[in-house]
Amino acid sequence: MSVIVKKIAQLISALIFVFGMYSAIHGHIAPGGGFAGGVLLSGAFILLIIAYGLDYFKLKQQTEATSIFESVSILIALLLAFSGLFAGSLYFFNNYLPPGTPGSLLSGGLIPVYNILIGIKVAATLSTIFFALIIYKEEIRR
Amino acid sequence: MDGWIIVLFFVIPLFGAFVMPVTYLFSSDSPKFITPVITFVLLILSLYSFVYQPEQIAYIIGGWKPVGDVPIAIYLVYDGLSGFMLVIINLIAFFSSVYAINYMEEYTGQKYFYVLMCLMIAGMNGVVLAGDLFNLFVFTEIAAKSSYALVAFGVKKDELEASFKYQVLGGMANLIILFGIAMIYWQTQTLNMADISYMLQNVENNIFPVFIQLILITGFGVKAALIPFHAWLPDAHSSAPSPISAMLSGVLIKTLGVYVIMRLFFNVFPVNESVSIVLIALGGLSMIIGVLLAVGAWDLKRMLAYSSISHVGYIIAGLGIGMIMLARGENQFVATLAFTGSLFHLANHAVFKGLLFLNAGAIEYAANTRDMKQMGGLAKFMPITLTSSFSASMSISGLPPFSGFFSKLIIILAAVIAGFYLIAGLAVVAGIITLAYFVKFQKYAFYNKPSVSSSIKEVPNLMRMSMISLAILCLLMSVLILPEIREVFLNPAVNTLMETTDYADKILGR
Repeated sequence: MSVIVKKIAQLISALIFVFGMYSAIHGHIAPGGGFAGGVLLSGAFILLIIAYGLDYFKLKQQTEATSIFESVSILIALLLAFSGLFAGSLYFFNNYLPPGTPGSLLSGGLIPVYNILIGIKVAATLSTIFFALIIYKEEIRR
Repeated sequence: MDGWIIVLFFVIPLFGAFVMPVTYLFSSDSPKFITPVITFVLLILSLYSFVYQPEQIAYIIGGWKPVGDVPIAIYLVYDGLSGFMLVIINLIAFFSSVYAINYMEEYTGQKYFYVLMCLMIAGMNGVVLAGDLFNLFVFTEIAAKSSYALVAFGVKKDELEASFKYQVLGGMANLIILFGIAMIYWQTQTLNMADISYMLQNVENNIFPVFIQLILITGFGVKAALIPFHAWLPDAHSSAPSPISAMLSGVLIKTLGVYVIMRLFFNVFPVNESVSIVLIALGGLSMIIGVLLAVGAWDLKRMLAYSSISHVGYIIAGLGIGMIMLARGENQFVATLAFTGSLFHLANHAVFKGLLFLNAGAIEYAANTRDMKQMGGLAKFMPITLTSSFSASMSISGLPPFSGFFSKLIIILAAVIAGFYLIAGLAVVAGIITLAYFVKFQKYAFYNKPSVSSSIKEVPNLMRMSMISLAILCLLMSVLILPEIREVFLNPAVNTLMETTDYADKILGR
């Protein structure tokens, strides 16, 4: 890719990344949410990889890191859901944090936390799938 | 028993599935030992809750109370039928996972196998516990998607083709099911199964529920592999690794297909005579065509897969007979008898078909072939596989001391008393042909003149242990016919089917 494409992709991907974080964090008060935010986050990385190529990022058969992130975020979400059982009322997915004022960023109890975890999970999963596809293609070429 | 225990049935396998990629970093052997521990805990938990919880529990996730009369939360419902299915699922899952430790050694990427297996167990446990259609659909998808990947686990040409076929047909089935669910939502404005049951009792247009039921029979018929929808099953079940074949044939088609049909058509929709005739016809067809397809097969696992179609036919035909008796309001005793037979056969089939697939896997492991013409004379080398497969073969063909005899007998008796002589006759004929092809299997695999090399050894200890335990269960399950034991294990499930729409009253307490 030419220098123009690389530079523009670099600039744009930063914006996409910030917007993805915004979507995931504001999931409970604005349109978007964890899934949409996660897709945007992985989109930022995918754009960079397309612009710069595999070699620049030294990607080989290593996709362990993304799948570990994926597993860990799901595990934390499960543990949070499970911790609801011990917070007073024996309900799974119990939302035991204070609700806060509706409309402000710190409201909705545990829901923003779940949104962020879903964002990490989706970003990691989509990146894993993308890596699997491009690395597979590289392996075939060899 | 506290209500929150029932969430453990899918939290534990989900937790296991996602903790394994992390523990794999520290020890590459960890997944194969974590999975049997998880399934063992689930088995103990399901037996505990089954014995100590005869009553129905409706557990509300998140603690969202109903607003007015409208249940807004996700409901999990544990009752006799759910408990019965949970015991069967986790029993077969435990023996399959123990068997897999040795069997999967020759495969690469083992950690993915165990992750997918745990996800499949989580999906099936979730389907059985779900109290609303949305979660039922999601859990169905979790179980089905993991099984697509597991069927293709060998990544050879046949496996990939089978998995692709399974995915295409499974995807179409999901589309049809989703369409049916959308129609229900359109008509009733709710997805909670108990609430739907209320709404449907007040629907004036009687043909509408019947139309939805026919759509759902098509969708879940593909999952249960009833005869016009069975095309994916012989490929998928014979190409998967053997422990997974045992899970697919033993419990997956029953959970995703038969259980959902039972739950929706008895507890949610009002029982209906025309639908029950469809069920009886599909069941009878599956019964006879399944065995006719099986008798000509020379691939051992393919033969077992075809045989599964025929046995699902028995279960569905029994359900249909019970349903027609309930709908006509006639002899309730016959309905009880038919349901007892169906559920008993469901449990038996899970055990002996699971065992037969494990035997087929053992033969494949030792002699490296699935073609019955290339086996022969294995009796000398593999005594444990011989005896356990003999026990399973006799049980599946319905010979008296084994469990299969009693369940088939009850279904045939119910058919005769209810006046369905054709179904009774077909069941007897199918039973005789079943005996024929299992005798063929015994003869060609174990007694024919040896055509295999003499270096064959019996399989490793853990595989033996699974096979022996299931073989003992084949005999032991026949005590379920005794009234005292039937009362504990079968009657709660039968009562759930018998009480039809009282299910909704108990959950919503209206």
